[in-house]
Amino acid sequence: MAARQAGPAAHEAPPELQQHFDATIARDQRIEPRDWMPDGYRSTLIRQIAQHAHSEIIGMQPEGEWITRAPSLRRKAILFAKVQDEAGHGLYLYAAAETLGADRADLTRRLIEGHQKYSSIFNYPTPTFADVGVIGWFVDGAAICNQVPLCRSSYGPYARAMVRICKEESFHQRQGYELLRTMMRGTDAQREMVQDAVDRWWWPSLMMFGPPDDASPNSARSMAWKIKRHSNDELRQRFVDMTVPQAEKLGVTLPDPELRWNPERGHHDFGTPDWDELTRVIQGDGPCNAQRVRRRRTAHEEGAWVREAAAAHAAKRAARSEKGAVA
Amino acid sequence: MSDDHVYLTLAEEHEDDTRWAYGTGFEDPLHGVDTTVPDGVDRAALAGLCLALGDDALVAAQRLAEWTTRAPELEEEVALANIGLDLLGQARLLYARCGQVDGTGRGEDAYAYFRDPAGFRNVTLAELPNGDFAFSMVRLLVFASWRLAHLQRLTASPDPVLAAVAAKGVKELTYHRQYAAEWVVRLGDGTEESHRRTRAALRQVTPHLGELFTAYDAREEVVAVLRQVTDAAGVPLPAWTPGPGAGRRGVHTEHLAPLLAELQSVARAHPEASW
Repeated sequence: MAARQAGPAAHEAPPELQQHFDATIARDQRIEPRDWMPDGYRSTLIRQIAQHAHSEIIGMQPEGEWITRAPSLRRKAILFAKVQDEAGHGLYLYAAAETLGADRADLTRRLIEGHQKYSSIFNYPTPTFADVGVIGWFVDGAAICNQVPLCRSSYGPYARAMVRICKEESFHQRQGYELLRTMMRGTDAQREMVQDAVDRWWWPSLMMFGPPDDASPNSARSMAWKIKRHSNDELRQRFVDMTVPQAEKLGVTLPDPELRWNPERGHHDFGTPDWDELTRVIQGDGPCNAQRVRRRRTAHEEGAWVREAAAAHAAKRAARSEKGAVA
Repeated sequence: MSDDHVYLTLAEEHEDDTRWAYGTGFEDPLHGVDTTVPDGVDRAALAGLCLALGDDALVAAQRLAEWTTRAPELEEEVALANIGLDLLGQARLLYARCGQVDGTGRGEDAYAYFRDPAGFRNVTLAELPNGDFAFSMVRLLVFASWRLAHLQRLTASPDPVLAAVAAKGVKELTYHRQYAAEWVVRLGDGTEESHRRTRAALRQVTPHLGELFTAYDAREEVVAVLRQVTDAAGVPLPAWTPGPGAGRRGVHTEHLAPLLAELQSVARAHPEASW
C-alpha cells in the first residue's frame, strides 16, 4: 500500500514506501498522484512541468503576433487555432502540476516575477510571416523530439497530457512545413523570407535540447527516475538527422558549414551551437525576454479585476443559494 | 529511439493524400454543395447580405484575435479564440457564397484583403476597439444576440447555401451568447469596479445599437434577451432608437481603417504571392 506523505515527515520515508516507488519505476509502471513519491521526484516534476506549461503560454506570443496579419483567411484560421492549442496545452500542464500539489496562480506569479523559466526559444523575435512556418517546422519539430519520449514518462498525469499534446504538436509541425512548401513555390521574395527565417531559427532550435550532456546538471537523476528518457545530445542528434533531408526537399540551406553526413557514425556531424548565447538568453538577456514576460505580466495584472469579480460573484451566488436553502 | 515516425513522415510525398495538413486539398470551401442560385432569388440582394454578414464576422473575429495572449485567464484565451475561429469560419463561407452570386467569381481573400474600408459593410459595433474585458463582453453579448436572431431567420432563406451557413452559425452563436451573458452577469454582479466598468461598457455600445435593427424586425426579441441578462447582472440597459445603418452603407468609425491596414498588410505587400 502506498500513502501520500506530506509535511516534514516525508523526509523520513518508511523504507517500504521507497522500495515500492523504486520497484514501480523499475517495472516501467506509472507513478500516480496518490502514490508516495520522494520529495526530490515531486519537486523535479513540478519544476519541469511548470517550465513546460510556461513555455506553452509564453510560446503563444511570437506567433500570436501574426494572427491579425496572416496573409490569407486560411492561414489566419490555422494560426489562430494553433495558438489556441498552445493555451490549451498550458492549461493541461498546469493541471498536471496541480496534481503534485502546485497551484496555478502561484506558478504564474513565479513566471512573471522571473523565478521560473520557460524555453529559451521563445525569446527570439518573429519579424516575418515565414517565421510562423519555420517555428512550426523547427520549434514544434524539436518539441516533438523532446516530448514524444515523455509520453512514457514515469509520472502518469504528465505522460497522459503529453500524448494529446504531441498529437497536436505534430499537426502544427505539418502546418508549418506545408506553409514553407507553399512559400517556396511562390515568389523570390517569399523564398528569401523562408531562407532568412531558417538562418535565424536553426541554431536557437538546436539549443532547445538544452546544454550538452556533460553540462546538464539535472539530467542524470531525471533519467534514473524515468522522468526523462533520452539525453540532450541524443535528442539533438536525432533532430538534426531528421531535419536535414527535409531541408533538402524544401530547397533551403541549413546555416552550418560543418554539417555533413558521417557514414562511420551513421549520423550527421554538425557545428557547435553558441552555448554562451544560450546561457545569456536563459539568464534573461535574449532579444525578447523582457517583452515576453512583460506581456504576460500585463495580461495577468490587467485581468486581476476580472478574476476578482468572478470570485466575488461566485461567493455572492453561493451565499444567496445558502440563504435560499435556509429559507 | 522508436518515437520518430511522427517527424519522419513530414517530408514524405503526399500525392495520394492531398489532405495531409489542415486545409490542404480543399480548393472550394463549398465543395459538394449544390451552389445553384434558385430561380426568383435576387442575386444582388443575396450577395449584399452575404457580404455584410461576412464583414461583420471577419471584423469581429479580428477584434477577438487581438485578445490573444492578453486575456484575463487561460480559460478565456481558449474561449475567445474559439469564438473568433467560429466567426472567421462564418466569414469564409459567406464570402465564398458572395463570390458565386455577385458574378465576379472572387474568392474569400479578395474580399478580406483587397477592399478598402469604404467597401466594408460591417456594422460599426463590430469594429470598435476591444476596450477592457467588460466592453468586449458587453459588445459580444449584443453582437451575438443580434446575429443569432438574424441567422435564425436566415435558416429559412430561399438560398439553400445561405440557409445552411446560417444553421451552422446558429449553433455557434448560441454558445457565444451564453459565454458573453455569463460574463456580463459575473461582472455586473461581482465587485464595485466590475459593476462600474460594465455600466460604462453598456453606455459605450449604445450609440452603435441603432443600426442593428433597421433591416429586420427582431428588435423586441433581442431586447428581451439583453434585458434578461442586464437584470441578472444588476445593470441598466440603456434605451436607444433605431437609426440609419452607417456601417452597412460603408460609413465607418475611425477605427476600421487601422484594423484593416493591419489585417491586409502582408497580403498587400506581396500581391503576387500565394500562401
